[in-house]
Amino acid sequence: MSSTSLNPPAQLPAESAYSLRKLDQVSFAVVMPILAILGLIMLTAPTIIVLLASFSSSATLQFPPPGFSLQWYLSLFSFPELRAAALNSFQVALFTAIVCVVLGVSACLAMINSRGRWVAAMDALVMSPLALPGVALGLGMMAFFAMVGIRLSLFTLIIGHIVICTPYVVRNVLASLTQLGSSLQEASSALGASPAYTFFNVTLPLIKPGVLIGAFMAFLTSFDNVAVTLFLSDARTEMLPIRMWSMIENDLDVRAAAISGVLIFLTALLMIAMERFSGLSKALINNKA
Amino acid sequence: MNISQLLRPKQDFLALPLAIFLQLFYIVPLVILIASSFQAGAGGISLENYTKFFGNAVNVKALTDTFWLGVQVTIACLIIGYPVAYFYTNVHARWKGVLTFLIMLPLLTSAVVRTFGWVVILGRQGLINTALMKLGLIEEPIRLLFTHNGVLIALTQIWLPMMVLPIVASLSQIDSRLAAASKSLGGGAWRTFWQITFPLTLPGMISGSLLVFALTVSSFVTPSIIGGGQLIYLPTLIYQQGIVLLNQPFAAAVSTLLLIMVVAVVLILGAFGKRSRRYIR
Repeated sequence: MSSTSLNPPAQLPAESAYSLRKLDQVSFAVVMPILAILGLIMLTAPTIIVLLASFSSSATLQFPPPGFSLQWYLSLFSFPELRAAALNSFQVALFTAIVCVVLGVSACLAMINSRGRWVAAMDALVMSPLALPGVALGLGMMAFFAMVGIRLSLFTLIIGHIVICTPYVVRNVLASLTQLGSSLQEASSALGASPAYTFFNVTLPLIKPGVLIGAFMAFLTSFDNVAVTLFLSDARTEMLPIRMWSMIENDLDVRAAAISGVLIFLTALLMIAMERFSGLSKALINNKA
Repeated sequence: MNISQLLRPKQDFLALPLAIFLQLFYIVPLVILIASSFQAGAGGISLENYTKFFGNAVNVKALTDTFWLGVQVTIACLIIGYPVAYFYTNVHARWKGVLTFLIMLPLLTSAVVRTFGWVVILGRQGLINTALMKLGLIEEPIRLLFTHNGVLIALTQIWLPMMVLPIVASLSQIDSRLAAASKSLGGGAWRTFWQITFPLTLPGMISGSLLVFALTVSSFVTPSIIGGGQLIYLPTLIYQQGIVLLNQPFAAAVSTLLLIMVVAVVLILGAFGKRSRRYIR
């Protein structure tokens, strides 16, 4: 071995084994964190760089920006189409999140309390849109609506978004219900409470964090979706992510950086609020697997 | 299920609204999609769309490129994501909140925003080119945008959290006494890692790989922006054929092929995952 041949022959073998061991420990303790920090930089760099670029004084997209200015943020005020697109996206995301919560929570209650064989099938059915290509789902749903004669509108868009957003609600609510166990609900019904009373006064308050996080993720997923939205919105309805997508794809409009800045800011605010109310980070780490 | 249970439906019916909704607006559309891929131009059923697809080298290249992109991004996420997950698991509790935020950041910022960040980094006047030119390593900006490698880099960052989180879950389930036992038996840090920790996290790595592969080959926004018009992957092809060219039966055939690719990889990796879990217990 090269490392032993480097040692002077007088040195005891035990000592060289000790230094090798030290090297082994130190190299492990150094290499792993360095790789991890590089990974963390890669994870965060694009978001930080978009933020910095959005304050650029330059008319073209360049990095690092030559100077600081708020011109791109101010230019958003004279961009009424954008406001309409943002409003549409917000409405669709809000409706989607609400319907996902109603459908998802009630399905979760049934799934957690049942020992039927249908539960596994239902779980696979609800979760599968997460992995299937959005473009294919969008195309299929567009063909379906054309076939049954429903014209594309915000309504068809919301239906499509519900399909792809329910998994987030179901996953988080199921996790909360599993942690909760059934003893409190059994105690409530043993004391004579109706199932509805038990649900609204015992179960729901206890699973509220899971419901909120699920709704939050469903909202973000809907607000942000391009693939399904492209197929299910009619040509006249502007949606924010599609507008941004075409702004970036066609001419690298610097205004897109300012919209991104606003979105990053709002998402961060929402995340902080969610962390306060429901321990977002813990739930995300626990449920994603 | 016996008759007495059928007569007391308990709460099972609460799942019906969602089940009916998904059957109607998810399963039926998927069936229509697959069925319409067999629709011939002149009417009737045929494999015309599929023979047309495989008869054109551009389409076949899009198929193999998509598959390779999925494999490459998955491997890149494993290599970069594992140290991040390991670091996260072993870091002091005080730092966990901050790290969680950094890891989740790509998932919670909009896909278009994330991709835009990569345009700023990879562009002609972007971060990488400016840095390399200032350092005197290159004279002309190099082309990173509109290349396969550019798409690969961006998608790796975007789907990295989906790899990190399952590995974190796997790592936190490992009994810490195992590593201690390995150390007291004379196993060094690297040896303990490769022979004890790493194999035990196989289920986490497999479920991460499954997610990352499926999400990568389904990605639409990032490949279409970073890849530009020249690089075509299956989702972009579906969009072009289905919406731009209004060639829906052909787009349906491409969609079916993409669905088959995703389902096949998910099933194969899922089977491996089950076996690896059995080996660990």
